[in-house]
Amino acid sequence: MEFALSEDQRLLQDSVNGFLKDAAPLDVIRKIADGDAAAADGLAGGIAEMGLAGLHVPEATGGSGLGLLEACLVQEALGYAVAPSGFMAATVASHVLAQAGSEYAGGIASGDVVFGLALTELASRRDGAGVTAAGGKLTGKSLLADVPAGATHLLVADTSGALHVVDDWAAAPMRTIDRTRIFYEVTFAGQKDLAKSDDKDNALAVARLLVAADTLGAAQAMLDKAVEYAKERKQFGRVIGSFQAVKHLCAEMAAKIEPARALVWHAAYSMDTGDPEALVMANLAKAHLAEVGTFVAKISTEVHGGMGFTDLVGLHYWFKRIGVNRQLFGSPEQVRQTAAELQGFVAA
Amino acid sequence: MKLDLSPEYEAFRQDVNRVLTENAHLAPGPEDRGMKHPKRLAWQKFLIDQGLTARTIPKEYGGYGAEPDLLKSRIIAEEFARTGIARPMGGQGISMLVPTLLELGTPEQKAAYIRPTLYGEMIWCQGYSEPGAGSDLAALRTSAVEDGDDFVINGQKIWTSTAKQADMIFCLVRTDPNAKKHEGISYILFSMETPGIEVRPLVDMTENANFNEVFFTDVRVPKSGIVFEKNKGWQVANATLTHERGMLGDPNATKARFLELVEMMKAETLNGERLIDNPLLRDRLLKLQGEVYAMQANGLRVTTASLQKQSAGLAGLIVKLQGCELNHQIAGLAIDALGELGILYGEGDHLRADGSWQWRYMYDLGLIIGGGTAQIQKNIISERGLGMPREPKPAKE
Repeated sequence: MEFALSEDQRLLQDSVNGFLKDAAPLDVIRKIADGDAAAADGLAGGIAEMGLAGLHVPEATGGSGLGLLEACLVQEALGYAVAPSGFMAATVASHVLAQAGSEYAGGIASGDVVFGLALTELASRRDGAGVTAAGGKLTGKSLLADVPAGATHLLVADTSGALHVVDDWAAAPMRTIDRTRIFYEVTFAGQKDLAKSDDKDNALAVARLLVAADTLGAAQAMLDKAVEYAKERKQFGRVIGSFQAVKHLCAEMAAKIEPARALVWHAAYSMDTGDPEALVMANLAKAHLAEVGTFVAKISTEVHGGMGFTDLVGLHYWFKRIGVNRQLFGSPEQVRQTAAELQGFVAA
Repeated sequence: MKLDLSPEYEAFRQDVNRVLTENAHLAPGPEDRGMKHPKRLAWQKFLIDQGLTARTIPKEYGGYGAEPDLLKSRIIAEEFARTGIARPMGGQGISMLVPTLLELGTPEQKAAYIRPTLYGEMIWCQGYSEPGAGSDLAALRTSAVEDGDDFVINGQKIWTSTAKQADMIFCLVRTDPNAKKHEGISYILFSMETPGIEVRPLVDMTENANFNEVFFTDVRVPKSGIVFEKNKGWQVANATLTHERGMLGDPNATKARFLELVEMMKAETLNGERLIDNPLLRDRLLKLQGEVYAMQANGLRVTTASLQKQSAGLAGLIVKLQGCELNHQIAGLAIDALGELGILYGEGDHLRADGSWQWRYMYDLGLIIGGGTAQIQKNIISERGLGMPREPKPAKE
């Protein structure tokens, strides 16, 4: 029995973290948030060069053939750096499409195909939106789609929960609290349905698991920043990190983050090995990380005092990353409802 | 990552399961009252002979004498939990004193005490906390003054479990009142039958006397009871406290309680509706499930670190704080889910689960405080885990 990262997994973690430390420091994140297209393209290009898009594509179709555990380590690193990327969309699409036996997975690995996600219908149907599939064509609207720059295809959920692939759509940006990532309202007017999958439970579980990993990274960054700040900032003639009132806040953050990290690893490993509880764990990981992340986002900001509230230290980018992640693909209450249904806790 | 067992360990698991289930009729039940009931002593001896407890303690001291293998120890603990068959004896003598003596005891002490303790024939209590020395244990004042070959002990201990039943006590006493507070303490063993010892039960909020107060008035005990060296008792005590913190916050026990709660919420109805069908209660249940699974995964990580002889770091430091709090919350949800009937306690026709949820809700609060309070745990996590500075000491008066 061994519940720990392998040497290769640690190397992957180190290389992605190392790359992002250089390529996505706070001033680059600020530029991206302010709409600097060159900065966004530069970071996206660097991530593409690392070949991460094909990480979860099977080796037989030209990918690295790595599991969701490795994908979670990469997503955690991206969350730590609050770096926008197409990695989540590529991973969800390659998971769903490889399972459906589609030829697109190979294109994702080679970089010829770049996927976006329009999956909101799986979690939240709304008035004023909704996608229908009929006669091999898609019509309607999906909200808060994750469409990376240069996307060639979208994985789309229709209102009944079936998944489709399209290569054409109209997109209008939707402004959220998080300016580092752009989400879109996408509209379909009879676009051709290129491929189908009915595996909505898996698609939603993978998307939610990756969001959990992203929040884990962002929360760890906020704890690290709080501890660092508390060791430097002086009031009443001593560093504030020597006051128990401040130390205990940091201890509480760490006490919640450490088990949450183990939960993300365990859920990812379960998905990779086909554990019967895998879908339950992936959903629990999303809901749990949403709660832990929200706690850490608030408490780390408080440890920073007034500075945490300003734009000067940029802590708010992490706060907003966690806030958006909490709602993406369903609020914690919605996600727990899924986990309850999967376990037969909900009367039919 | 590899969570399944190798064939060798899977075979070991099956052996353990077979020995336990084939001999379950020998195990004592709740009706076999008394710590030294013949059936309890016989079961303990059987388990030692089979290598299911005292497993790594050398044969010369009465143990089974196996090489340390954490994975096998874990498998044994899991099989006791899975089968629900009576566990080996625990208590502070076996779990805390024996490891201390093995590390620091004299040959005479090892020979005299380890075997009867393991076999349940010698019961121990722990004399650490005092009314004025709780979290600040090193402030203890119970004095031991040298007189010929003896010490004469005066003072008071509190929170002493099993003091009524105990044959012996391992006790922290002040042997040098002029030294710095950590440097004048000794760790000493003596008989609870020594004249001058008075034990008064301390009734707690659960209505039980789980603890006692122990008073010492001119208690004369031999110097040979000192473990390690005079005035070095603080190091000896720290060796045992490490063992105690490991006992609290076991994630498998937490998961078993969570599953009991799920079963209760499926079976129990309120106004004709299963408790689990109430969406507010169900959401609270699922919220706790996330925490339970997280602590279970964290436990796998801590075990792996021990197997690889590495420190688990923060993952290990947070177990007592998070685990005890989570147990308390599970009991709290069970009481809320039971609604008005959740307040029943002790006995009566409508009592659910023998009133154990209320008992746990109170007892678990005791565990949040005992063995190092939640606040002390947060000091440890922030100082040792996050490298934050200690609170400066106030200037001497």
